[in-house]
Amino acid sequence: MELQTLTYLVVGASFALYIGIAIWSRAGSTKDFYVAGGGVHPVANGMATAADWMSAASFISMAGMIAFMGYGGSVFLMGWTGGFVILAMFLAPYLRKYGKFTVPEFIGDRFYSKAARAVAVVCLIICSVTYVIGQMKGIGVAFSRFLEVDYGTGLLVGMCIVFFYAVLGGMKGITYTQIAQYCVLIMAYTIPAIFISLNLTGNPFPQLGLGSTLTGTDTYLLDKLDQMVMELGFNEYTTEYRLSGLNMFAYTASLMIGTAGLPHVIIRFFTVPKVRDARSSAGWALLFIAILYTTAPAVAGMARLNLMQTIEPTPGEYLVYDERPDWFRNWETTGLLAFEDKNQDGRIQYSADPAVNEMVTVDNDIMVLANPEIAQLPNWVIALVAAGGLAAALSTAAGLLLAIASAISHDLLKGMIAPGISERAELRASRVAMAAAIAGAGYLGFNPPGFAAGTVALAFGLAASSIFPALMMGIFSKRTTKEGAIAGMVAGIGVTLFYVFQHKGIMFIASTAFLGDMPANWFLGIEPNAFGAVGAIVNFAVAMLVSRVTSAPPESVQELVEHIRVPAGASAAHDH
Amino acid sequence: MSRLTEAQALAYWRRNLALMFKLLVVWFVVSFGCGILFVDVLNQIQIGGYKLGFWFAQQGSIYVFVLLIFYYTRKMGKLDREFNVEED
Repeated sequence: MELQTLTYLVVGASFALYIGIAIWSRAGSTKDFYVAGGGVHPVANGMATAADWMSAASFISMAGMIAFMGYGGSVFLMGWTGGFVILAMFLAPYLRKYGKFTVPEFIGDRFYSKAARAVAVVCLIICSVTYVIGQMKGIGVAFSRFLEVDYGTGLLVGMCIVFFYAVLGGMKGITYTQIAQYCVLIMAYTIPAIFISLNLTGNPFPQLGLGSTLTGTDTYLLDKLDQMVMELGFNEYTTEYRLSGLNMFAYTASLMIGTAGLPHVIIRFFTVPKVRDARSSAGWALLFIAILYTTAPAVAGMARLNLMQTIEPTPGEYLVYDERPDWFRNWETTGLLAFEDKNQDGRIQYSADPAVNEMVTVDNDIMVLANPEIAQLPNWVIALVAAGGLAAALSTAAGLLLAIASAISHDLLKGMIAPGISERAELRASRVAMAAAIAGAGYLGFNPPGFAAGTVALAFGLAASSIFPALMMGIFSKRTTKEGAIAGMVAGIGVTLFYVFQHKGIMFIASTAFLGDMPANWFLGIEPNAFGAVGAIVNFAVAMLVSRVTSAPPESVQELVEHIRVPAGASAAHDH
Repeated sequence: MSRLTEAQALAYWRRNLALMFKLLVVWFVVSFGCGILFVDVLNQIQIGGYKLGFWFAQQGSIYVFVLLIFYYTRKMGKLDREFNVEED
């Protein structure tokens, strides 16, 4: 069957599945809408969390980034998984015991202040909106590449699908579609990886294949890769640092803390019945995530090797441009792959030296998207990758939109503006808020602001520097006062935003060549995306200092902290 | 299910913190330690095609993270039963 028809069929079938689930899981109460009724099985929640968590960045971009960064790309692998350990031990069980609907609600109660709740809502909206722009772009791009519809139409179709299940079903609809989306995306990711690993090393497990010898030789894959990249003048694949050890340390820490502080991930743990389910659910979530995250470095290394061996089949003998394979031609038309014959010999020279290099554009995203074609896999696998990329972007977008909508309807409307509204009115308001959030995110997807490029990493820095420290101190320190928490959040997110804007602002004006001068201006050589960890330290320090000089929290708050630290009675507390 | 005395609640919390601390040390060592700070030293050792430091950064740390959470869940389950604070 034609690839195009097949892609429409597979993507269409996955959409029909999501809509079917939406009709089956309508929300009947605010509890359904905000926390899926609070009765989601921990394994099911783990799977939904994995889909919620793994965005277009994880699915499409990450392996490509690692392919070109080598060892330095490890910051994404460790940072985006290690945060779940913090989440499982520092936040999830206690917030589940607290047992209400939103993150700002906890901050408002624990810090006995509507102002603290409002600041938390602002921080939540800033980091969720920066994150959702990236997903909207991912949806539009995936549509335009695979289905050859234009970006805007693709985005509109994606918005309609999310609208259908998120507005009807709220968290309940989102949870069950996310489970389906996880299954689609993990198949789409692992199947091509298994085939490629078999091709190159004969080992069906990509995780082991990366450490194996190449088929028919006794050379290790990674040794071959190191040797090839170094011959082209790049740094050694397995030891190349990302800027410096300190920068990698800070980057990893920012991503970990940010992961634990992202509201759309935290609220997933409000949906399980018990405290112990919240703990184990984090484990299941990470297990499901680890399947993709341990495959990604293998995809990265193997794709890089495949790419180089295609271009230089025998040492010193470069590929003749007119004999390039079909996938090369296909991706050239998208502009993600570009060749420029600098020395006019009709062959494709690939080199680390920009003066000689003729592969002028190799977009990161190609590594995952073109992988099945490079490995000459059947068309249905390529169609599945399209459905997988869309599942990853849709599931994360829906989770983020719910976090935004519930902050508006539950924290702003019910919590501050109109505390007396009925359950029915709040449910209606939450649907309106959801619809508005989708429209707003769609608008930003159509007109992405200038800073959209690095938005996903930016969202982590913001969550790390604002929400995580406030939550952690709320649980682990009875002495933290409302003044301390507010000052801490404002200082943390302020410092991080300031640092990012300061450097990103400069980058927009300058051409990329100016990047070379940039690290000189960075604080301790830490890149802006890695600055969240510093912001978090500022938040903690300011909050502790201010708490020392302000009067202690009231007795009732100290009791609340005592209450959430012990599991018993969590189920009762849920029915508030 | 019974209500804890203040001393019991404190003891429970201390045990939780001690367990967390232990696991955080492991968490730190496998990621920031083996994956970043000591990566060059560990890379001297090679297991199969993997340099050990590289393996920790791209594979090993993730496996350990998963095990840590399930270990924490099991240990906390035991602690809850010991203090009679489990749900139901």
